[in-house]
Amino acid sequence: MLKRHLLAGMAALGLVATFATGALAAHDFKIVYIGKNTGNPYFDSINGGFVDACKQIGCQYEFVAPATAEATSQIPIIEAQIQRGVNVIAIAPNSPDAMNQVLDEARAKGILVLAVNGDLVGNESHRDANILPVDFTKTGPNQVELMGSLIGYKGDIAILSATTEAPDQNTWIAAMKKTLAEDPKYKDMKLVATVYGDDQPEKSTTEMEALLSNYPDLVGVIAPTTVGVAAAAQVVQQRGIADKVHVTGLGLPSEMRDFIKDGTVKAFQLWSPYNEGWLAAYFADGVLNGTIKNEVGTKFDVPNLGSITIGDKNVMNTQAELTTFDASNIDKFNF
Amino acid sequence: MNALRSILLRRETGIAVMIVLFVIAVGIAKPRFLSLEYLRIILLLTPLIMIGAMGQMLVLVARHVDLSIGSTQAFAAMVTAMMFKFHPEIPWYLGFLVSIGVGLGLGLVNGALTTLFRLPSIIVTLGTLNLYRGLTFIISDARQVDRQYIPSALKAMSTTSPILGIPWIIFMALGVAVLTYWFASHTRVGRQVFALGSNPVAAPLRGIRVNAVTLMVFSISGALAGLSGIMYASRWGFVNPSNTGAGFEFQVIAAVVIGGVSINGGVGSVLGVVLGVLLLGCVSAALPLLGIPGTAQSAIYGAVIIIALLIDRSVRQRGIAALAAQRARA
Amino acid sequence: MTDQTSTPTAVSALDAATPRPRWQVILIRPETMTFVLLVLAFVVSSSISPYFLDINYILSSFTLYAEFSIVALVLTMVIIAGEIDLSPAANMALSACLFAWTYQATQSMPLAIAVGLGAGLAMGAFNAVLVIGLQLPSIIVTIGTLTLYRGLAQIIAGDQSIRLPDYFIGINNDLWLGVPVPVILFLVVTIALAFFLGATIWGRQIYQIGTNEVAAQHAGIRARRIKFMLFLAMGFASAVAGMMTASRLGSVRYDLGLGGELQMVLMAMLGGTYIFGGRGTILGTFLAAWLLSVISTGMLTAQWLPATQLCVLGLLLIISIVATNLIYSRTQR
Repeated sequence: MLKRHLLAGMAALGLVATFATGALAAHDFKIVYIGKNTGNPYFDSINGGFVDACKQIGCQYEFVAPATAEATSQIPIIEAQIQRGVNVIAIAPNSPDAMNQVLDEARAKGILVLAVNGDLVGNESHRDANILPVDFTKTGPNQVELMGSLIGYKGDIAILSATTEAPDQNTWIAAMKKTLAEDPKYKDMKLVATVYGDDQPEKSTTEMEALLSNYPDLVGVIAPTTVGVAAAAQVVQQRGIADKVHVTGLGLPSEMRDFIKDGTVKAFQLWSPYNEGWLAAYFADGVLNGTIKNEVGTKFDVPNLGSITIGDKNVMNTQAELTTFDASNIDKFNF
Repeated sequence: MNALRSILLRRETGIAVMIVLFVIAVGIAKPRFLSLEYLRIILLLTPLIMIGAMGQMLVLVARHVDLSIGSTQAFAAMVTAMMFKFHPEIPWYLGFLVSIGVGLGLGLVNGALTTLFRLPSIIVTLGTLNLYRGLTFIISDARQVDRQYIPSALKAMSTTSPILGIPWIIFMALGVAVLTYWFASHTRVGRQVFALGSNPVAAPLRGIRVNAVTLMVFSISGALAGLSGIMYASRWGFVNPSNTGAGFEFQVIAAVVIGGVSINGGVGSVLGVVLGVLLLGCVSAALPLLGIPGTAQSAIYGAVIIIALLIDRSVRQRGIAALAAQRARA
Repeated sequence: MTDQTSTPTAVSALDAATPRPRWQVILIRPETMTFVLLVLAFVVSSSISPYFLDINYILSSFTLYAEFSIVALVLTMVIIAGEIDLSPAANMALSACLFAWTYQATQSMPLAIAVGLGAGLAMGAFNAVLVIGLQLPSIIVTIGTLTLYRGLAQIIAGDQSIRLPDYFIGINNDLWLGVPVPVILFLVVTIALAFFLGATIWGRQIYQIGTNEVAAQHAGIRARRIKFMLFLAMGFASAVAGMMTASRLGSVRYDLGLGGELQMVLMAMLGGTYIFGGRGTILGTFLAAWLLSVISTGMLTAQWLPATQLCVLGLLLIISIVATNLIYSRTQR
């Protein structure tokens, strides 16, 4: 309650200050979120978070995305946003380094650049802050643990990923390999292959089928991408081998609901993409008004999310651990 | 005549030989490839391309080209999928009528633009490729239709059937191939398509209604692309405005060219196209099995197309030489 | 022969037909239609977004299309000569990949540039040998080589980006008299090729080859040699364009210029080039490149969905060829 009053008070002060100085209206800033590509249901959730947050804050929000998720497809869009004079660019990057130049151009013009849902791995200096749903270093171990619990911690497993250059998937896979190698709990589990489905349903399906053929002793597949896990589950469902090969990974409840209900998939994980949009909007609002300092170690409050800490390299998380979805809770979510 | 027939025969046997050699080669490296299970995988990769290839063959034989089939597939699939989503009370098998009908309509537009304004079909269909894709995004609000909205009965058609457990869609694809063969070889209109393609100038003089025949081939191509749309929903379980049908036209054209259909019209056989589709299916299925990374797939497809063209040309050259020799003797 | 002498009145009536008025010859042509569409594009783009009408922005946005535009100019000549080449975008990618890979391996920029240009020429030559030497249809050959080159680029570069040294990056930001360098390059190439096509003997010969290759050969024109040179020119231009794109992006990936071949064909078509050969101008393609850039940038700045942009481009293509055909059929005698 007190915090709300404080926030409201500061907002009011901010408004008064800007009216007095005639500068940019406090919460009226223009923010745009550039998704990886259109037609991708995952980004609809994040979009929802942005939309609702901006309704509360009063910012002007738009969502744009290129037609395809190629590395350079977002560059013309970023340039158009600079031209339109937006104040904040939030982006889910299709490449860790392809946009360095154009993002520098944006920041030189005073635009706040946030990477949301993915980071510019190795090129963090080209963005102001990063919002991730969870601590990405924990995602890998969490997924390995879930897989282990489904197969009795024993057997051959494989990974079906997205594109080979996707920075998020690669972070998780590296952590998975490390966990499997170092943690004695998983000593009887062996990773036999990592294949790439390029986030295309057709390719993911053929890669899954090849896995099943090349490794007849396979007992589990981890697919840390929503397109991959759905495709893998579909193959298992079509062949009726759900009790022999366990599929899990990061999936959207809306896409996986059928598979959970008929037992093809026992459990999978994800986070709430909605929260990312929500946090990003509030964070941007705070930074632009000076109420939040964009420095490592700063703690601030966001309605409905509680206290958020800015971590190393200016990264923030919306929740601590992954959410596990299974038959008991699948109907509670509508994204 | 004898020389000509032996050329045609040689073309299909050429492809068949390529398939057999390829399968044997891969089978030696990976014996699993020679299993019934892999036959199933290969066959499952092909039905959509098979259906599209039948339509494209007729269009190419008529000396046109239809580059918009991927976007037609997407639009028809999306319309049908949205019908499933917002009107689940409609029986699912009516979706076939909707899908084919929508495709037919889009094909008619292509045909109308080509005949009415006498425009080159390659450009018209390049334009409609973009137009239909854009429309697909617009009607779906750029969102995909999720799995739970596609009727399970439809999805089951790709899983199995009472006949040897072979999925229904494979039978459908074969059925379309047989129908196309019957149409091309045993109906007057079918033969007119070939006549039109081999000599468009002489065709009207022989009583062929050029505009009507052209409209018809484009409508057929569109209708078959529409059919492939609902089959996409059946095979993959969802419809996505970006992914559905993306690159479809290239795969189909590759299969058709490998199958011996000439870009200059007038020449083509259903058997050749079927074999071409099968060859591409074998190659697609073999690559992940052989551990060849996805990155090399495009290069291999390109090489296959060029090899097919070279074989085609050498066969034709020998045929022409044989004809010339025959005439010299006569 | 006998027919002509027995109907002298018919012959002289044809002779006496009045020539078309000069203004009609100059104005009623496909390039005018392109120009009108360009003006319309400016008007529409300015009205749908207040941020569009900024000359620096428009010029710098054009740099995104400049590479394709330069190759499209050469492609126009290839189409006029009666062939087509769908492989340039893949050529760009492969030359750029080889260029970057050589630089990474040897740290020698001159060698890398030589390898890049050489690769482009080699790919152009490969196309030429298949199309002209073996007489295979150019559309299918270049669809095959486009897949092949793109695939080879994928094999060489994998899914990684190959970074380039800082001094090489950012050609699109270099300004000369306030205009970005790629735009200047485009202008220079346009003027050079327009002169070549319109005022030299080889230019006239290209039109003749496209109109009727057999007749041209009988008239003593070395059609095969000219077409071979055109494919080589395409290869060279693609290599240059590939390196320009690499400079703009700062790194090279296998998917450089993906889909570019369609954009180039679109530019040539919008410029009034006739797909079956024999007609087209450099001016038309020049105007069409600007048209495409202005419309795409305008729609982008107005935040129009990619879907709507696709529809507009598709409609634009159809409208422009309807108009082109109407104009050509009306002006045919």
